[in-house]
Amino acid sequence: MGIGIRIEHLSKVYDSPPPSAAGARGFSFGPSRSGDRKEKKKKIEIKALDDVSLEIPAGQIFGLLGPNGAGKSTTIGILTTRTEPTGGRAFVGEFDVWKHQVEAKRLIGVVPQRPNLDFSLTTREVLLFHGAYFGQNARERARRADEQLEKFKLTDRAAQMVRELSGGLMQRLSIARAMMHDPEVLFLDEPSAGLDPQTRLMLWDIIRGYGSLGKTIVLTTHYMDEADELCQRLAIIDHGKIIAEGTPLELKSSIPGGYLLRLRFDRVPEDLFEQIRALAGVREVKSADSIAADVYADRGGPLIGPIVTAAQAAGAEVRDVHIQEPSLETLFLHHTGRSLRE
Amino acid sequence: MNWKTFYALLSRDGHVARRNLVMVLVQNLLQPLLFTFVFGRVLTSGGFMAVKFKSVLLPGIIAISMVVAGIQAVAMPLIAEFQFSREIEDRLLAPIQNGWLAVEKIIAGMIQALVAGLVVIPVAWLTMGSGAAVSFAHPFAFAGFCLLVALLASAGGLALGCSVGATQIGLMFSLILTPMLMFGCVYYPWSFLKPFTGLQYAVLLNPVVYASEGLRGALVPQMDHIATWKTAAALAVADVGFVALGIKKFRKKAVS
Repeated sequence: MGIGIRIEHLSKVYDSPPPSAAGARGFSFGPSRSGDRKEKKKKIEIKALDDVSLEIPAGQIFGLLGPNGAGKSTTIGILTTRTEPTGGRAFVGEFDVWKHQVEAKRLIGVVPQRPNLDFSLTTREVLLFHGAYFGQNARERARRADEQLEKFKLTDRAAQMVRELSGGLMQRLSIARAMMHDPEVLFLDEPSAGLDPQTRLMLWDIIRGYGSLGKTIVLTTHYMDEADELCQRLAIIDHGKIIAEGTPLELKSSIPGGYLLRLRFDRVPEDLFEQIRALAGVREVKSADSIAADVYADRGGPLIGPIVTAAQAAGAEVRDVHIQEPSLETLFLHHTGRSLRE
Repeated sequence: MNWKTFYALLSRDGHVARRNLVMVLVQNLLQPLLFTFVFGRVLTSGGFMAVKFKSVLLPGIIAISMVVAGIQAVAMPLIAEFQFSREIEDRLLAPIQNGWLAVEKIIAGMIQALVAGLVVIPVAWLTMGSGAAVSFAHPFAFAGFCLLVALLASAGGLALGCSVGATQIGLMFSLILTPMLMFGCVYYPWSFLKPFTGLQYAVLLNPVVYASEGLRGALVPQMDHIATWKTAAALAVADVGFVALGIKKFRKKAVS
């Protein structure tokens, strides 16, 4: 019987920089250094999650998709007991993760965004001690550690100190460690960041394999292809709110028409957008600025001719055309007006 | 309470400490031992210092060695592990309450402080040569003070380690540790501060005073020292305070 996840009206406001941001800031401490006195006293308030509710059924591979700073890591942080919610509740299985931390921790494995491996240990020791923390006896943890090393192709690094490993190897070891105690729910925060394409494919296979055992897997990513390829269900998150949720197919088909043509003109005469809107297959025209437009349509290439003709008839010239096929990237753009990479 | 996990956490710290044992001992004990040699041996045999200074110095050296070792053992790794790498997180995700991880850190630090104390006693004694009139007539008082001092060091280390950022480590040494040692009655009995009345009472805020004076009372009772029951009571109060403060700060620091 798998373990599901439930999030009810979750919100999080940081009154100090969140840990990831704090680390990157280094010695200078942001706004508190400059500005007048009043501003100095003002507390930093970052609203990372804003009344988020979500249900992740047991046994699914679920993706949280969004740009940097959208609230993905905060969601994972709360679900893994590492972050205290400001409001709302989160459950792993039947356990409220804030009130029943130990029970929740027993069910979960976590791969953090940045490897947080124990630098004082060797590769194999990281796995052995992790097994010991979760109550595995000596024989069991030795067997499982060797299995994990083999599976993640780390056997030849077993005796090496963790601090000597490269970034990609550390990432692999983090994932091996998270699976070491065979958790019912696996959280992966940006698992393929910093991995080479080959390792990424290996990771996808491992995640799929783990999912096929009936485990629940929650991963965050800002790679569309990863979400599309791997996840059975997705939530798109931006500015601390969930803006769309469904299977990748459902989400993609929710984009009007499916295709997106990003157009740029030298100038836009008054009724040009009206004319484009009237073309066969066009569902929606959004003008990004005075000389650019995003056209959502049920076809891509075949529309170029009519658009160019319409522009010429109106006395304008098409400067740039970009066609995007139905994808989650287009979906994100449709909901937020911003590209995922922006 | 999950004993299996607690024991695993403790054995992890033991494993890391054993791996770095020689380095850690040199780091913590070289300075006090050199001090012992210069003041306890060179200056006393040269006649600048009275021989009975050796008896005053030995308990003080044991006290600071334990205090420094305990603080270093807990505070330094914590400061590093709470930094950018967040190394501590793998243990915060172990199935045990975060407060117990703090308790585990305190116990691991105590053990390391006691080891430092056990190593420094014979070595300092030998370094000084003959003349330190140490009495082992009160073994239980001595053992009791060792435990109280070790707990003081590691719980203090926990509180410090959770309050100080990596950029402030240098400041921690010059602003906190050095004055605590110089005004900790390590190199002189508390009664010697009598001419400096204000200072004599101000240093009573410094728990290292009770560590040095308590060990003095247990090892060299013939020398001046604050009454044993007073030092024991003061150490117990300081221990309870630092344990409570350390665990509170750790739990706060552990979550964002």
